[in-house]
Amino acid sequence: MALAFDEYGRPFIILKEQDQKTRLRGIEAQKANISAGKAVARILRTSLGPKGMDKILQSPDGDVTITNDGATILEQMDVDNQIAKLMVELSRSQDYEIGDGTTGVVVMAGALLEQAERLLERGIHPIRVAEGYEMASRIAVEHLEHISKKFDFEATNIEPLVQTCMTTLSSKIVNRCKRHLAEISVKAVLSVADLDRKDVNLDMIKVEGKVGGKLEDTELIYGITVDKDMSHPQMPKQIEDAKIAILTCPFEPPKPKTKHKVDIDTVEKFQTLRLQEQKYFDDMVQKCKDVGATLVICQWGFDDEANHLLMHRNLPAVRWVGGVELELIAIATGGRIVPRFQELTPEKLGRAGLVREKSFGTTKDKMLYIEHCANSRAVTIFIRGGNKMMIEETKRSIHDALCVARNLIRNNSIVYGGGSAEISCSIAVEAAADKYPGVEQYAIRAFADALDSVPMALAENSGLQPIETLSAVKSQQIKENNPHYGIDCNDVGTNDMRQQDVFETLIGKQQQILLATQVVKMILKIDDVISPSDY
Amino acid sequence: MAIERILKDDASEEKGERARMASFVGAIAITDLVKTTLGPKGMDKILQSTGRGQEVTVTNDGATILKSLHIDNPAAKVLIDISKVQDDEVGDGTTSVVVLAGELLREAEKLVAAKIHPMTIISGYRIAAECARNALLQRVVDNKENAEKFKSDLMKIAKTTLSSKILSQDKEHFAQLAVDAVMRLKGSTNLEAIQIIKKPGGSLKDSFLDEGFILDKKIGLGQPKRIENAKILVANTAMDTDKVKIYGARVRVDSMSKVAEIEGAEKEKMREKVQKIIAHGINCFVNRQLIYNFPEELFADAGVLAIEHADFDGIERLALVTGGEIASTFDNPESVKLGHCKLIEEIMIGEDKLIHFSGVEMGQACTIVLRGASHHMLDEAERSLHDALCVLSQTVNDTRVVLGGGWPEMVMAKAVDELARQTPGKKSHAIEAFSRSLVAIPTIIADNAGLDSADLVAQLRAEHHKEGCNAGIDVISGSVGDMAELGISESFKVKQAVLLSATEAAEMILRVDEIITCAPRKREDRM
Repeated sequence: MALAFDEYGRPFIILKEQDQKTRLRGIEAQKANISAGKAVARILRTSLGPKGMDKILQSPDGDVTITNDGATILEQMDVDNQIAKLMVELSRSQDYEIGDGTTGVVVMAGALLEQAERLLERGIHPIRVAEGYEMASRIAVEHLEHISKKFDFEATNIEPLVQTCMTTLSSKIVNRCKRHLAEISVKAVLSVADLDRKDVNLDMIKVEGKVGGKLEDTELIYGITVDKDMSHPQMPKQIEDAKIAILTCPFEPPKPKTKHKVDIDTVEKFQTLRLQEQKYFDDMVQKCKDVGATLVICQWGFDDEANHLLMHRNLPAVRWVGGVELELIAIATGGRIVPRFQELTPEKLGRAGLVREKSFGTTKDKMLYIEHCANSRAVTIFIRGGNKMMIEETKRSIHDALCVARNLIRNNSIVYGGGSAEISCSIAVEAAADKYPGVEQYAIRAFADALDSVPMALAENSGLQPIETLSAVKSQQIKENNPHYGIDCNDVGTNDMRQQDVFETLIGKQQQILLATQVVKMILKIDDVISPSDY
Repeated sequence: MAIERILKDDASEEKGERARMASFVGAIAITDLVKTTLGPKGMDKILQSTGRGQEVTVTNDGATILKSLHIDNPAAKVLIDISKVQDDEVGDGTTSVVVLAGELLREAEKLVAAKIHPMTIISGYRIAAECARNALLQRVVDNKENAEKFKSDLMKIAKTTLSSKILSQDKEHFAQLAVDAVMRLKGSTNLEAIQIIKKPGGSLKDSFLDEGFILDKKIGLGQPKRIENAKILVANTAMDTDKVKIYGARVRVDSMSKVAEIEGAEKEKMREKVQKIIAHGINCFVNRQLIYNFPEELFADAGVLAIEHADFDGIERLALVTGGEIASTFDNPESVKLGHCKLIEEIMIGEDKLIHFSGVEMGQACTIVLRGASHHMLDEAERSLHDALCVLSQTVNDTRVVLGGGWPEMVMAKAVDELARQTPGKKSHAIEAFSRSLVAIPTIIADNAGLDSADLVAQLRAEHHKEGCNAGIDVISGSVGDMAELGISESFKVKQAVLLSATEAAEMILRVDEIITCAPRKREDRM
């Protein structure tokens, strides 16, 4: 640790408790940071692409997650290093913004860091490297715009959307029935999409899973499922043309929030109180009945007596429904959430064509399906699968596919996948490098090399010769001036990604490059790491 | 410079070959553990819990064994999970699914050692699983139309399922019990309606199926012990003090006489409530909650049989079988649906008195009374019977049936083998490995029975070369026999679930190339 001394040779205290802290400076610090970033990227590198492998992650409590989703791996990894945490953030922001390409962005950042390390060794100042990267990323993003294609889809022709979702799903374990899942995702997104405003509210799509059955049994429900059953075992299990009262008040005697005491000191009072109590329950049920409700969904519990009265008056009811589900039900059925019995009116009831209870397997698991709702804009994707981990992974994969479909509705430009976009950008950046005078030229060239690492990892994971394949594809792109050549991961026999129908969204790719560059710039600018040492 | 640690201190990371090896070893260890319980001559395991009392369970049910294990290996956890799901979904085949997944991984390990990429193995397994399913689908027997034949199918399935359990000595008897119970359900899979009561004493043979409903409760003192043409009110209401539910109510009095008055009012209230209940014209009252002495006395005076403190399941079931509704308020006697039954009487099983409802309105429900020498025996008998009931109720819905005794595995293995020969490329090795894993199941069955598995399986394979052969392993005589003649059948749904989930699990484990274990959460020391 560097120390400062005054003229008498006594050390200045610059940092609080400075002898207990470790400090790295200058090139040392940069190298340590770069190596940490690279280590994170190396973990994810093998998960890239359709032949990417999965990781088992064991949480501190011993739960097992099996996944190949970059964001999930990093999130669960529980990293300690500060720079590694930056990489985790990077992947997470890609997840929030785009939803897909979370692995790619980390691999890209790792490659940029690796190239930067070489430049640093040659004595180029980190800021110059960062500036060069910035220029290069601008060229790459512009180039992506240039090679992107608009593609058309309508509500009737969903084929192109399905194709794109299939590209996303093919890298996951669910690729066995990717067609089925892609169709479900696209239909789900389209049914909640506002095509005029080009907006999709993914909150309206609920993804539910239940263990058992096969992956192929996964279905799209135009409505809501609730993991609850009727409050009374003898209530009807199926209700057609249901009018639903959505309540957030319990079927229990009122509990005023102000502190109070009801004193009973005579027999008369005791009796009136008793009658009062009976009337409460009667009134509550009667109010629901009066407005014409045929189903009551309540956020709270029921008293035994109320439960029986409901059953008695032939008014099926569901209790303990969670707040989020309640909101979804309200949106789907077009009803209003009613906080007090007094405020129930016929207009506030939600409507659904069919409400039914369905049981699964040999245990008494039951789910409530609310279908044919007044507002068809809320859908549920109901996943079945062999085991819990499979369902969790399927949920994540469906989430990715949904995000991709949403991005396409927002902006219908696509680029071709399989590494073709990266290769094409690399060529463009390489060509542009020569035009820049100064040291930045080296950084721009390094950027072009880093871009190559994504197709290289793809080829590696698919069991191809990485260098050979990449150089072949690159020369083919230049020779035929066609940016659609990529890595043939699935051994189909053609390099043309247009024929293989492998697409990715333009914004997803652009975002990847921009985010990766940003984080790398940030890491490069650090020249001093002060951390409390272990004691 | 050394690369800094990215992960926390206690976390560990295993990569590539090592990770794969860790998951293979874990999965295969689990398989070897449950392997010996497979088949009619499979052995049982004793499980001792670490909790207080060190409770002992003796079982041969795969799911039960695996559920009780504390496992740290992630791959092993995947296997335990599939076994649990198999239990929830179809109820039986919980051991087979783990064994098949383990065998698939064992074969995969060899292929990985021979430098075949896991992804290639996975795609081979997928094709093979599809092919195996189709092969099995072609050979299924569906006797949906013929009720007589279907019943005998069910009987065979029940016997096959039970033969690997502790009940195998009396499998005829129990198979009959299970089939009768399930046939009464008339196609519903609601096993709730079948009640199993365990009473130690007697022998397993003394177990019986009762058409009515048995409630493990006593009749209140001084009340009739036998009621014919009973009208039953099933209720869930407080029959103790019936406190005021309005929040914040409390009794505040200033003199002793007031206390007495209020007490009197309380009593009066209860009396009114009892009067109302009796006004329903009932002669039997079953409550989920306690009935205090005072109301009980009132009921006794009115000649009404009052049963208190029935558990919730019991109440629901009773409401279901007698056709009544569970009531909590008693103001409108005319509109409450009462339950009916022909006869209520107190019966004795062993030492205990039980209440027996016979001639109930809904014929669906029934009670199976299990008798046996010890609690462990009864617990295991219940598990076995539960397995059989699950399988049967699933079979009633999906009436397709296949033969048992290793026959389905051989049929599938043959089809998969043929496919392997027609498939070009590295995948064919994986497909071949799949067929070897399938054959491992009859091999293990034979091994567990102490037979010469190599010889038997080879014979079986030769037999299966002929078209439409029904050969399987006859464990009893220790030779290859005709499964159709021996009457060994299994449900197609179970076999299919075994095949698909085992492949899925194997696939999941194979795809892994890295295991990251987070630092275990620090527990506060309670020193």
